[in-house]
Order: sequence, then C-alpha cells, then structure tokens
Amino acid sequence: MIITIFYYLLVAFVVFLAGWNLVKSRKWQEEVLYVIVLLPFVLRLLRLK
Amino acid sequence: MSATVVRKIVIAGLGCVLAGFAGADFYRGRHRPEPLVISPSVAEVKKLSQYFAPLRGTANDENIYILEGKKPGGTFLVMGGSHPEEPAGRLAAWILAENGDMEAGRVFVVPSSSRSGTTVTRPSGAYPSDYTIPTAWGGQTFRMGDRWANPLDQWPDPEVYIHYPSRQQLAYMDVRNLNRAWPGRSNGTLTEKTTYALIRLINEEKVDVVIDLHEAELQYPVISTIVTHPKDMSLAAMTSMILTDEEFKMGMEKSPAELRGLSHREIGDHTNALPLLFESPEPFLDATRGRTDAKLLLEGKDEFVVRAGKRGLLFEKIDEKGWPIDVRVGRHTSAILQTLSVWTQDHPDKPVILKNIPKYAEVIAKGTGAFLRDPAKAGPKELVFE
Repeated sequence: MIITIFYYLLVAFVVFLAGWNLVKSRKWQEEVLYVIVLLPFVLRLLRLK
Repeated sequence: MSATVVRKIVIAGLGCVLAGFAGADFYRGRHRPEPLVISPSVAEVKKLSQYFAPLRGTANDENIYILEGKKPGGTFLVMGGSHPEEPAGRLAAWILAENGDMEAGRVFVVPSSSRSGTTVTRPSGAYPSDYTIPTAWGGQTFRMGDRWANPLDQWPDPEVYIHYPSRQQLAYMDVRNLNRAWPGRSNGTLTEKTTYALIRLINEEKVDVVIDLHEAELQYPVISTIVTHPKDMSLAAMTSMILTDEEFKMGMEKSPAELRGLSHREIGDHTNALPLLFESPEPFLDATRGRTDAKLLLEGKDEFVVRAGKRGLLFEKIDEKGWPIDVRVGRHTSAILQTLSVWTQDHPDKPVILKNIPKYAEVIAKGTGAFLRDPAKAGPKELVFE
C-alpha cells in the first residue's frame, strides 16, 4: 500500500513537470506533445485507467 | 490575453476533451453492471470474502453460486473468468449458474474468478470495452476484461514476479495473473489473496474436483485440451476420450511440475481436490490477428490467423468459418457435463448430477444467448450482479 501511494505521488509529480513544461514552452508542437504525454498520467491519477 | 496563452488554453482544452472521452469510456467499462438470474437450484450465493475476510470490499470479492441437489454427493468447483479476456469460460459458468438443475451433489460456480480483470482492457491493445451476446430479449452485454487484474486494484508491478512459495521467477505482469498466483498467501497481493481465498473454499467445502475454464490462441500448443494434475489422470483421460469419440476433438495433458502458479499444478499439490483446466480455441488472442474488435471476439474469424494456419504455424485447425463463441462455449459446457458423468460413474457413492445444461450441439444450434435469462423478468431475489 505504501509503495502504491508512492507511485501515485510519482505520477502526480510527472503531471506537474509536464504541465509546467506546457506552460513554459514556446513551440506549439511541444505543447501538443506535452498534452499527449500527460493523458495516461492524468487518467491514472484520476483512477480511470 | 496574448495569442500564446490562448493557444495553450486551446491545446490543453483539447487534451481535456480527449481525456474526458477516454476516461468516460474506461469508467463505463469498469462499472458496467452484469446481471445474472440465478437458477432455482442455487441454494445460496456467497461472497469470496466469507472464506477470507480481508477480501471484503475489494474488486475480487466475487460471487460464488452454490448449486445444491436434493441428494448428497460429491462437490465440484467451476471457475470462469480466471482470464476474463477468454469469454467462453465466463459464459459457460454463467449458463451453469442461470440454468443448472442439480439432482445430486453440489457445484460451486464462480463466473468472475479474477473479477478485477473483468473491469479493464489491455492498455494499448485497442480492445473493445464490452461485447454483446444476442438473445431473444435483445442481448446481454458483458465487460470485455483482460488477462491480468486491473492496475487500479493492484499496482505497481515488480521488475520480476517471484512466485510464492516456489520462488520461481515469472514475467513481471503475471503478478496480476490469477493463474500464476496459486496457491496464494494471506498477506500477499490482491491476486495472491484471491487464490488463497479460493484454496480455503476448496478445503472448507471439501471440493473433489476443480474445473478452471480457459481459452487459448491457436499459436499456443496447449489448446483444445484438458490439463490435469498427475495425481489422478483417469478422470481427464476418460472425459477426453469420450468427448473425442462422441462430440469434438479434446486432448489431455499432464500438468508440468516445473511450471508454477497454475491452477492445474498448485491446487493438486496443496489441496485434496483434483484440478482440471479446459482450453478452447480463441483466434482473438493470436498475435497475428487483424482488427481486434468484438466481431472477432464473437465470430472467431480472422484472415491473418487463417493464413498463419496455411503456413503450418498453428496448433489447432482454422478455416473461413473461424471459431465462433457458440462453438467455444459449447465445448466447455459439454466438457463439464462429460466430466461430471465420468466422475459419477467412477464414484457412485459421491454422484454429481447436473441437468438442464446444453451440450455442444445444442449451444451451436440455438446460440449461447438462448441460455441467458432475461433480467427484466427476474424477481428481486433471483437477480445478482457480477
């Protein structure tokens, strides 16, 4: 259970990093890429997949 | 507001829309109710947690339907859904729980042995989220499921799965595979706790024979067969001979001692019950398949698998007719009935007599849906949800 919670915290951290990069990015191609990367992490964080 | 900010909001918004559609589909797949109308012979519906309390409230606190005859006799356990992406096993168990008329003995039926696995599909597999069996009353929809338990119920996977108690090293994802987790342990993962609870059920209820229903890809050598524990191979041998002579080709194989965690090995080693594992052919599982959709799952027709067969790459025959779900379900129901018949002949003091279950030819002639009962016409005490 502790390891599972730790993994959810890791996922939340990756979501924060990708989101931060999305905000800071200057190229629209990179922004699209960050959104695509975010999808599975967000779905796991919301416990949907 | 600058153009850059607007662009970022639009791109993030599109991402939210995609996540919303995908998330809604996954949520529906995980929570889709599956009604089961119990047979009048079902004396009791238990939960697996009644055999091991820590499972209460988990995804694997599954239903156990106890068909009980008026006369005493032997006890069988029939498990469908060890691998939920092999639907013929679940459907055959469903038919037993909805239609079985017990004359003697008891049959415990578990249609969703890996219930967690019924609530997820394979990531990146483009699987359908569900499938519908046509019936006279409109059709019944089932969750598609996966070979492994849902990561939302058991996560993360280790680098290497070390099986308990053999310490054999297995593939990491098989830590969520019910049929690699026997005999389980009380303080293990959800999957190990599930097999531990099923072992307790087998011991406490003095189960004589366990039947674990599966399906296999045609590129897998263990197919169209019964796998049995070497402590008593006569039941499987006689069943396979009679089935091959009277209905369809059915082989028999001995459970290898070196392969750990499987029901046909560990139940035989750790309980007094005799385990049998039935395999029917499912082209949906073949690596060389084409589009992975509900049509392929139910019709079992795939031109690429047929081509593989023409090149001698398969362990089971296939032609343009494929392996429809009715053929696969019929194989399981007939194999169960034949096993019961052979058992009763060999153990007249412990008969297990089950009636009103269709055999192979009848399932093919009428379709699986003819043996699914309409939940709209069921009384409140008859209706259970899987």
